[in-house]
Amino acid sequence: MNFGVVVFPGTWSDCDFHYIVSEVLHQPVRYVWHRDAPLADFDCLILPGGFSYGDYLRAGAVAGRSPVVEALPEFVAKGGLVLGSCNGFQILCEAKLLPGALMRNECLQYRCQSTWLRVENAETSFTRAMRPGQVLKMPISHGEGKFYADADTLHRIRDQKQIVFRYCTEDGRVVKDANPNGSLDNIAGLVNEEGTVLGLMPHPERAGENAMGGTDGLLIFHSLLGSLVEDGSFLKR
Amino acid sequence: MTGAEPKVTLDLALASGLTGEEYDRIIRRLGREPSFTELGLFSALWSEHCAYKHSRVFLRGLPTTGPAVLQGPGENAGIVDLGGELALAFKIESHNHPSFIEPFQGAATGVGGILRDIFTMGARPVAVLDSLRFPPAEDPKSRRLIEGVVSGISWYGNCFGVPNLGGEVGFAPEYAGNPLVNVMAVGFVRKDRIFRARAEGPGNPVFYVGAKTGRDGIHGATMASATFDEGAGERRPTVQVGDPFTEKLLLEACLEAMETGAIVGIQDMGAAGLACACSEMPARAGTGMEVELSRVPQRETAMTPYEIMLSESQERMLLIAARGRQEEIKKVFSKWELDAVEIGHVTDDGILRVKIGGRVVAEVPVSALADEAPVYEKRTSRPEWLDGLEAFDPLSLPAPLDLAVTLLALMGSPAIASKEWVYRQYDQQVGINTLVMPGSDAGVLRIKGTRKAVAVTTDCNARFVYLNPRLGSAMAVAEAARNLAVTGARPLGLTDCLNFGSPERPEILWQFKEAVAGIAEACRALDIPVVGGNVSFYNETMGQAILPTPVIGMAGLIDEAESRRTQWFESEGDRIALLGPEVVSLGGSEFLWAIHGKMAGRLAPLDLQQERRVHEACRAAIAAGLVRGAHDCSEGGLAVTLAESCVSGPKPIGASVELERDGRRADLVLFGEGPSRVVVSVPPEGERHFERLMGEFALPWRWIGRVGGGALVVTWGGAVAIAAPLDRMAHAWRAGFERHVA
Repeated sequence: MNFGVVVFPGTWSDCDFHYIVSEVLHQPVRYVWHRDAPLADFDCLILPGGFSYGDYLRAGAVAGRSPVVEALPEFVAKGGLVLGSCNGFQILCEAKLLPGALMRNECLQYRCQSTWLRVENAETSFTRAMRPGQVLKMPISHGEGKFYADADTLHRIRDQKQIVFRYCTEDGRVVKDANPNGSLDNIAGLVNEEGTVLGLMPHPERAGENAMGGTDGLLIFHSLLGSLVEDGSFLKR
Repeated sequence: MTGAEPKVTLDLALASGLTGEEYDRIIRRLGREPSFTELGLFSALWSEHCAYKHSRVFLRGLPTTGPAVLQGPGENAGIVDLGGELALAFKIESHNHPSFIEPFQGAATGVGGILRDIFTMGARPVAVLDSLRFPPAEDPKSRRLIEGVVSGISWYGNCFGVPNLGGEVGFAPEYAGNPLVNVMAVGFVRKDRIFRARAEGPGNPVFYVGAKTGRDGIHGATMASATFDEGAGERRPTVQVGDPFTEKLLLEACLEAMETGAIVGIQDMGAAGLACACSEMPARAGTGMEVELSRVPQRETAMTPYEIMLSESQERMLLIAARGRQEEIKKVFSKWELDAVEIGHVTDDGILRVKIGGRVVAEVPVSALADEAPVYEKRTSRPEWLDGLEAFDPLSLPAPLDLAVTLLALMGSPAIASKEWVYRQYDQQVGINTLVMPGSDAGVLRIKGTRKAVAVTTDCNARFVYLNPRLGSAMAVAEAARNLAVTGARPLGLTDCLNFGSPERPEILWQFKEAVAGIAEACRALDIPVVGGNVSFYNETMGQAILPTPVIGMAGLIDEAESRRTQWFESEGDRIALLGPEVVSLGGSEFLWAIHGKMAGRLAPLDLQQERRVHEACRAAIAAGLVRGAHDCSEGGLAVTLAESCVSGPKPIGASVELERDGRRADLVLFGEGPSRVVVSVPPEGERHFERLMGEFALPWRWIGRVGGGALVVTWGGAVAIAAPLDRMAHAWRAGFERHVA
């Protein structure tokens, strides 16, 4: 499976994703500079964390209009998968590839901490190696991760099972105390209607090795690689 | 074009921070009156901040060499060998004065400045630590300072993308007018790719790269070389404004440009901006430099040569390219959307020649600026106040009625309580190297592609230094080394940030002299070279100096990353041992301060050879896999150390400890502080092996208890002295800091 890691000015989780994909999962991976849009070689593009363009406007607002992001709809339409984490999630929302918006954390401070996530939908290409209701451990590191959507949008993404991860307690209870940033409905990650674009605030690349405190983040990659083997859709492209 | 420059007079020289004597010296050196711009260059380069006028003579006593040292003091950062092809660049620097005037930007640009010092050397920054001092929470300024400083550090470091691996936060009334913001940065660099700040090769082009120059921060170095009076707020224009996004671009562009091989030398434009870089770089290489200021990218109009040379605008570098390879450099910087402009060239005449529109506005020998600042050996005198402080006997105070209540009070004191409120605002993992995050004795980073890890810490107990500058400073070095030893690391080198009041007062200069002597003694005994550092004088407002605070930043190597240890107890049934001497003192202790509001008394003695043996024993036991957790026994004494070991880990667990009566008071034994002490937990199957190993090191040690249960229970001669439930200790410790600051 060919992975591309997109680099914007100000991206900083690029090297970490690259390391996990190449050194832990032993999959082919290349960096994609934000101005370079030929994406046909890739099966999955990763939009990593960081502060693209300093996030001086709104988090992800400027990167959301960059050449590589403008090329994403076509990439996805042709069967490509997109994984956005942290700033990548913010960019995908700004580019309207995912519904809703990410706002300043409710505590008004940056938060770097471990969180627990409950798997709400284990039937996407990003989660099929997980069990429904499974609790994953993954760290967050952001100042603007409070997910918000209007009531209609929230109903729609609930109905269409687009909510993939919700912040929960270690034993899987989705409660206010487990919500690190005030996200609506404890939402930590969601997919588009087609299930081909995933955005999440936590950092799966920081949960990819036991030395880093756990490997739950790898389940996303195992799901992706499993998707490849199971339906062979990528091999056909 | 600029209008006529003001006429230079003695009054103008005095107003710009020079003394009359220094002004005469400049005239003698030049053989004429300096121009206005030249006066600006001298006032910045000869400021205390840049020239170390009052400290240089004492700093000569520090040991700066050793087998692991690849770069000692004098460059942007020190570098030590990590074995193989990698080396570690690190340095600590203060940003105290700006942080008092404008806490958010002052602290933020402090992070920015030290990060540039690291990547100027060719190293990619992999960690920062920050050592902070504030007035106590009761002080109305305290909260604004803490929130501003912490959010400034958080904003800059997080946006740039460097993890925070630890540091310290301390409180004392003496920091009311002068909080301390010391930031240490650490980077990995390949040994064959180390860059230095030298303008080699006459004819080579000089490039200005990075952000544009504005009027911010003009005379910042001079501001940092004077005490504050009531008008400190009016100096806000001397504080720079940071842009971490541009810094991140500058990092990537510099490292990429370095890869081309077209860069000969590079220096950060920090304190005193272009003035400093344009004189220090040629001075180091024995060359000269000519620059044309009209080419300098500017974001304000009608800037004078004086302003351009002295601006401390952030996120800028001066680099020397190899002649003929300019295009390679420009290409890289253009990719990262940064200015890279050729503003001059290296010359062979030893002169810094500054032109604007072809007109020469300064023409000064670089050595006069960079190397010939006066060195003062001013009078020092032992402060008389020390006699009274030493004479105080803490045991003249009544013993606490309830030792458990005392323990809980200490666990919740802001100095001891968990600093999670601070570090949860900092990214701790970007780069995925962090093996031990903030919250243990030292932060630990793996070195990818090897089995090794690096441990880093900052330490200073300023109360100790105040009461006995020499001993207290030696203890700061010992504690830093101990904090590395308990993780399993061997120290490779240290960087010091020496924060003091005005050196023009003989008592303050005496504190400084003694402190440096103490650091030197400890470094020699423990074989730890000083590879760089920073002196911050004039931390004084309305005549009130800070506590002398020589912060020690230290880095060490763990050969087997897997063997690293953390400070907490983990497993029911593990045996607890105390390594090191019995002798402790309540003099200068957290107990005396937090419970009785006093800072007085004598410190416990420090036997540096014994200290060294404790470190060696600790490392040996960790390397042999005999230790589950190891914790430095420092602030708050044995009782607090045990309580921290119980509650600071991911899964709190209790302990039972039995202490014999030995004629001393229980509060002294439980809360007294002294150097060279470590608490370890040993799995039962390793007990015999551990005992044999300790026997080889000729050091005092003993078993004191076992891990387990839901409380910390300490018996004193068979009777229960402390029985503190885990949840109460954990609550006091976790909530203590926030209760004080938020």
